[in-house]
Amino acid sequence: MWEYTEKVKDHFLHPRNVGEIENPDGIGEVGSMACGDALRLTFKLDANKRISDVRFKTFGCASAIASSSALTEIIKGMTLEEASKVTNKDIANYLGGLPEAKMHCSVMGREALQAAIDYYHGIKPEQKKMLEGKIVCECFGVTEKEIRDAIKINHLTTVDEVTNYTKAGGGCGKCHDEIAAIIKKVFLEASDEAKKERSETQFDLLTNIQKINKLTEFLNAKIRPTLKRDGGDLELIDLDNNIVFIKLEGACAGCIGAASTMKDFIEHKLNAELSPKLKVKQI
Amino acid sequence: MKTIYLDNNATTMVAPEVLSAMLPFLRDDYGNPSSMHSFGGKVAAFVDKAREQCAALIGAKRASEILFTSGGTESDNTAIMAVLHADPLKKHIIISAVEHPAVRSLCQALAKRGYQVSEIGVDKDGLFDMTEFKASLRSDTAIVSVMWANNETGVIFPIEEIANICADKGIPFHTDAVQAVGKVDMDVSKMPIDFLSASGHKLHGPKGVGFLYIRRGAKFEPLIIGGHQEKGRRGGTENVPAIVGLGKAAEMAKLHMKEENTSVRALRDRLENEIVSKVKDCRVNGDKVMRLPNTANIGFDNIEGEAILLLMNEHGICASSGSACTSGSLEPSHVLRAMKIPFNRAHGSIRYSLSRYNTKEEIDFTIEKMPEIVKKLRSISPFK
Repeated sequence: MWEYTEKVKDHFLHPRNVGEIENPDGIGEVGSMACGDALRLTFKLDANKRISDVRFKTFGCASAIASSSALTEIIKGMTLEEASKVTNKDIANYLGGLPEAKMHCSVMGREALQAAIDYYHGIKPEQKKMLEGKIVCECFGVTEKEIRDAIKINHLTTVDEVTNYTKAGGGCGKCHDEIAAIIKKVFLEASDEAKKERSETQFDLLTNIQKINKLTEFLNAKIRPTLKRDGGDLELIDLDNNIVFIKLEGACAGCIGAASTMKDFIEHKLNAELSPKLKVKQI
Repeated sequence: MKTIYLDNNATTMVAPEVLSAMLPFLRDDYGNPSSMHSFGGKVAAFVDKAREQCAALIGAKRASEILFTSGGTESDNTAIMAVLHADPLKKHIIISAVEHPAVRSLCQALAKRGYQVSEIGVDKDGLFDMTEFKASLRSDTAIVSVMWANNETGVIFPIEEIANICADKGIPFHTDAVQAVGKVDMDVSKMPIDFLSASGHKLHGPKGVGFLYIRRGAKFEPLIIGGHQEKGRRGGTENVPAIVGLGKAAEMAKLHMKEENTSVRALRDRLENEIVSKVKDCRVNGDKVMRLPNTANIGFDNIEGEAILLLMNEHGICASSGSACTSGSLEPSHVLRAMKIPFNRAHGSIRYSLSRYNTKEEIDFTIEKMPEIVKKLRSISPFK
């Protein structure tokens, strides 16, 4: 027996907005008979481009029906831009939570909504699948993009969790290694970003003298060797309000590419590795 | 709300007579049957009586051929591992594709440890493929394990024929008879069955107890090693209250065997025929003739089993389903898939399993509710 919240039971026993709109502005279909659940979502926009009516038809278990019903209640009255920001987490939260093994029901709701919005914008589902890259799970037709999104939004860390949220890996199990590799990749990317953020904030927290020391160290290690290879060099003159005053020397001093060296090379590097707030000025 | 219990292949009500038989051993007669003193020793006589009751139910000639276990799963594991340990050079196992996980998962684990496992298929009605079976037998086949009746569909396999083929080739034969014992009249003394598994809680006995029939002379190695209990075939102090309860349940099952095949069968047929005639686009899964008298498995097209069960639950009706959402995985049950039942029906399959405690009123109430439940879910479904 699944542990469903009262809200899930209510939306399952008394689903809202069941049906289909004739001549809809948006229509989204996801899932299949083989997958064990499927959802068809249709919506109509009013004069202000807000969702005035939305209907669903769902084949699936109690939580699939409740998730579809909840989704229609959430997006009613929203613009498409607002609706496209609704995540599977919003659907699950609206229902007071879903059992872990049933989270894929909320993801299906989210996917149907995206498909309906894409339909409105004239993007066909086949094009979409092609844009989203290759299918990782053949049994349930789940793409790498779908898996990545679920990992990022719901902070998933194991293959089992990915299966609970996307169904990927729930069939023959051949793709388990690939899913594990995707989890690792997403985790590494996230930690790289976090590292970058950390170094940025760290630099911004330093005193001005510490900043100048750090800058000198950075220029000596990462910038000057490159310039020197072309017979040039630079000197750090000052740092004031995140503006780095630099004097170009040697071959660089009279070079016509000096301005772009400053902006594209030095400033870019400083922004990426020390702080995005830094600007470079040549004197 | 009254509970209408139609899930007797999952577990059954403990018969009041069984409970009465057990209570003294939970209260006053708590002695250990292995003790030297008469306070404990007198309990041993009740364990022996239970052994005789179990032997009588399946037609075993000697009570000593009955080994008490913790249930069906332990019986299955004990039988298969006993044979593999006794003949470690043979590395091939034959089972059916629709075995209970107690056999199937064990064999999948053994496949990872170097065994080769042949799974014999079934046809669209769930009947055993005898041709494939005969072709699969090898000189290094260590054991054949085929269930007597399937837990999901109730389909009965030709156990006597399979046992005879194995005996001809000198291959040990085990049958998981957990769903059949007490529902099908059986006489193991007339068939060359080496091992047979049974469970207490499927025949109105308590949970946590079962037995394994071991034909006298069959090669055997214990699975649970410990004390000298059960003649050294299973260590551990006997679960006396449960064993006494199992014995009583076995005795009662033998008494009610005829009822099972007349009145329970009549109720099952009524339920099945009425639902199939009142609900469009549904079909019975499993052979109509070779089937347990208490089981009806019906597939409803284009709706999903868990949703059906929860709507039945709103009326107090208990059953189960082979849908993905209830099997704890993402695919419908391996039994329905082995029968190649189309997805749109497999996901919406409901198993009704009756017992002698069900009444005509309960069945009629269920017959009345099913069409509206199916109608409601079909009105939500995008498939037609």
